[in-house]
Amino acid sequence: MHRLFFILPLVVVLVLVAVFWRGLDPARNPASISSALVGKPVPPFVLPGLTPEMPGLGDADLRGQVTVLNFFASWCAPCRAEHPLLKELAAVPEIRLVGITYKDRLADSLRFLAELGDPFAAIGADETGRIGIDFGLTGVPETFVIDRDGIVRYRLAQPIDEARLADEILPLIAELTR
Amino acid sequence: MIIEIGHFALVLALVLALAQAILPLVGAQRGIRSWMLLAKPAAIGQFAFLLVAFLALVHAFVVSDFSVVIVYLNSHSSMPLLYKISGTWGNHEGSLLLWVTILAFFGALVAVFGENLPPRLKARTLSVQAMISIAFILFTLFTSNPFARISPAPFEGEELNPLLQDPGLAFHPPMLYIGYVGFSIAFSFAVAALIEGKVDAAWARWVRPWTLLSWTSLTGGIALGAHWAYYELGWGGWWFWDPVENASFMPWLMGTALLHSAIVVEKRDALKAWTLLLAILTFGCSLLGTFLVRSGVITSVHAFAQDPERGVFILAILGVALGGALTLFAWRAPVLKPGGMFAPVSREAALMLNNLFITTLTFVVLLGTLLPLIFDVLGLQDISVGPPYYKWTFIPISLPLILLAAVGPLLGWKRGDLSGALQRLWGAGILGVAGIVVAAWIDFGSEVMAALGIGVGLWLLAGTFVEWAERVRLFRTEFTESWRRMRHLPRAAYGMTLAHAGLAIAIIGMTASAAWKEEVVRQMRPGETIEIGGFTYRLEEVRGVRGPNYIAEQADFTVLKDGEFYTRLYPERRQYMVQPMPTTEAAIESHFFGDLYAVIGESDGAGAWTVRIYEEPLVPWIWTGAIVMVLGGFVSMSDRRYRVGAPSRQPAAQPAKA
Amino acid sequence: MKRKTLRLYLLVISLALLGTATGLVLSAINSDLISYFVSPTQVTKEPVEPGRTVRLGGLVEVDSVGKLDDGATHRFRVTDLSNSVEVLYRGVLPDLFREGQGVVVEGSFNDNGRFVAAEVLAKHDENYLPAEVVKALKESGRWQEGAAATAINGSEGVDP
Repeated sequence: MHRLFFILPLVVVLVLVAVFWRGLDPARNPASISSALVGKPVPPFVLPGLTPEMPGLGDADLRGQVTVLNFFASWCAPCRAEHPLLKELAAVPEIRLVGITYKDRLADSLRFLAELGDPFAAIGADETGRIGIDFGLTGVPETFVIDRDGIVRYRLAQPIDEARLADEILPLIAELTR
Repeated sequence: MIIEIGHFALVLALVLALAQAILPLVGAQRGIRSWMLLAKPAAIGQFAFLLVAFLALVHAFVVSDFSVVIVYLNSHSSMPLLYKISGTWGNHEGSLLLWVTILAFFGALVAVFGENLPPRLKARTLSVQAMISIAFILFTLFTSNPFARISPAPFEGEELNPLLQDPGLAFHPPMLYIGYVGFSIAFSFAVAALIEGKVDAAWARWVRPWTLLSWTSLTGGIALGAHWAYYELGWGGWWFWDPVENASFMPWLMGTALLHSAIVVEKRDALKAWTLLLAILTFGCSLLGTFLVRSGVITSVHAFAQDPERGVFILAILGVALGGALTLFAWRAPVLKPGGMFAPVSREAALMLNNLFITTLTFVVLLGTLLPLIFDVLGLQDISVGPPYYKWTFIPISLPLILLAAVGPLLGWKRGDLSGALQRLWGAGILGVAGIVVAAWIDFGSEVMAALGIGVGLWLLAGTFVEWAERVRLFRTEFTESWRRMRHLPRAAYGMTLAHAGLAIAIIGMTASAAWKEEVVRQMRPGETIEIGGFTYRLEEVRGVRGPNYIAEQADFTVLKDGEFYTRLYPERRQYMVQPMPTTEAAIESHFFGDLYAVIGESDGAGAWTVRIYEEPLVPWIWTGAIVMVLGGFVSMSDRRYRVGAPSRQPAAQPAKA
Repeated sequence: MKRKTLRLYLLVISLALLGTATGLVLSAINSDLISYFVSPTQVTKEPVEPGRTVRLGGLVEVDSVGKLDDGATHRFRVTDLSNSVEVLYRGVLPDLFREGQGVVVEGSFNDNGRFVAAEVLAKHDENYLPAEVVKALKESGRWQEGAAATAINGSEGVDP
């Protein structure tokens, strides 16, 4: 009986830890909510290009071939970090790499691309972030792989890294383009 | 290059921490003296390396090295130097590095100043301290590396969040962390004592200065944070019961309890197991706070960017540290030698009661903080818990505690004389009741809690004075005799008097400002006036001004009292250049009974501005109270019995005179 | 006094305190001292009783922000892209308040069925939506659907 009191704090703490563990469950984390988009067609949208001369982007452009869609912004540091990997992706002949700028001033996006290089076949400018909402964006960068029928097959809600590129994205592209 | 040195130093600190965790512990167990002695150089070395790592990061911020990711994200070359430096800890990674550096700093302090500690206790304490270090250095290296680079390096940074560009907030995190992290020493001492199986008065005397230092710093840190929220957010409030605020408040509460129970261990050799438990749980609350702020498990306006992966890591640290310590507690604490006895009415009982009340208060705050999460995990509705909850639960429980705080110090050890104590407090009682009556009369009794709050605040203030007057026999004997007593009263006694008085002053301020704050929001054109709280505010003009990295609209108010000029106020609405985010700079003018507080909002484009003016009764009392409390902490720390590193002239184990 | 008596005495006090605290917390939950989170769609389906404090989350509808004639009361609509609710707020809007951005307002419906906000909360960081807003959008089913732009602009919500 007496000893029980000394065990009580341990029990309370263990219960708390269990609650936190449940609380951290990715299923209730907003960041993973919109993976619901995977397996569904891309939401309809039409976006202008960064300049009147540059091509814009719409959902119609995402059909007919396998597409990798990358959301980015000049103000986002991880976007810079993943940029070299996007260039690698752009070099894959079977796919089309397109981008959408998210809540970014046009001039800033252009400067960003001038500085780092422009790997994208087409870029849509989502200055207000509304299309981002349709895609369930939780931040930038995010990357989607879309198949020939315009169905979202993959979503990465964080920067691309070497491992994910090699183990997840490239194999999926190989499978989709077969 | 310097960044790589910093990164490398962090890894070396980890290696030293590993050595410090294992060798002295084994040495203490096996009686290998040379291994035990390793703890000191390892602790000092670990701190030195962490300091190098931290300074390397500060350097990167000062020279605006944007090839470092967090510098790029949180700094800008046009920012003033102070904010470049404070930008170092204005983000998750950098603040975590500061956290570990302070952790190692405390370890090094114990190593250097703990010459009079028994070698085994010292070896074990430092070993436990190193284990915490290991966990947090690993956490830093693997999930939150502050030294990560981006390539190619951007030309310019994203700038520190403008809200954080503030002198008060520059020092808020370091002070808060000294508080948070300092409790790790009490934790390590407690775990070492459990391994040893021995707790005595000497143990309490070693733990107390560290706890006191942490508590003092945390008090200052919390007050600074509240003050920042008060003038920078422009809402006229200073405490929002936000999860992040609670995260710092819970360790403060538990630390307060620990300070009090350690006195009982020191003076009376009682409440030993309970004090150990408190020492463990106090640092547990610090870890919990760190977890809540950094995991994103609970939504808060202040939280760092959410990252469940980090959450899992900190949760693991929390689970292992607390789980391990409490398992040890369940196993070893029951065999501790039972301590001294005391009567239900005695100083010990009063301190015990204080502890039970404070623990209950912590429980209420903890529940309030976690309720949204609990509801969510149980699949119930989404909820949020705000001030009404705390007003209903926290205040009723804290009122009797404050009543007790005036009585407790007047009770004798072992067996106290309650009616005698109450007799001596008759003046305080009359003052308290008068306070309640006057407060209720002012607002026609519409805020019962407020009246009670003012009453108990006055009661504690007067009661604290009575206790001090009793000690020096003020007016009971010749003044020269009182004066002699005043000079010879231990510093720790003055510390208590100041801390209690500061708390009383702060309570009066908090109560008044929470209950009787007034607010006017209106569209105003130059030349128009607003009347509030007996003052007349006239808007003279709104003009554009320029700062180093912002432009602002500045309003110019003339304040009149009874038709006479009183002061001028210049609130600003700033627009920072890099981050597209306006911030509010309230203009505040303090006087004895409160603050004048003016905020300027957006313009309607046709020559009028939204203006918000607050009458903030007694708010300066909150800050005054906090300063007095911090002062009390320092005075108490300077008591020679506790003085860090003071040679122990009395044999350590001899219980102090009561 | 025997050690056992002392222990019993402390135990009784601890239990009494703990009981009081638990009682207060439970009564706080029961008497709505905590505020529930609702989305515009929920409010439209089942109106919240007037006077009860709730938090309403969603996006600030584009072109909906204006002021009442008194010049100091803001009027805007909060939408989850399916339904929207008109909100009145007397005060200075937070610095990060923008059309099309996520927002959480705390307040209650008055007797005329208008939502009067006591507080408008916006996150300090503008790059991420508040979790509650994401949840509201998700529950309204509009999170992954298209046509968001038109829905934000349109006024297909209920009139208060």
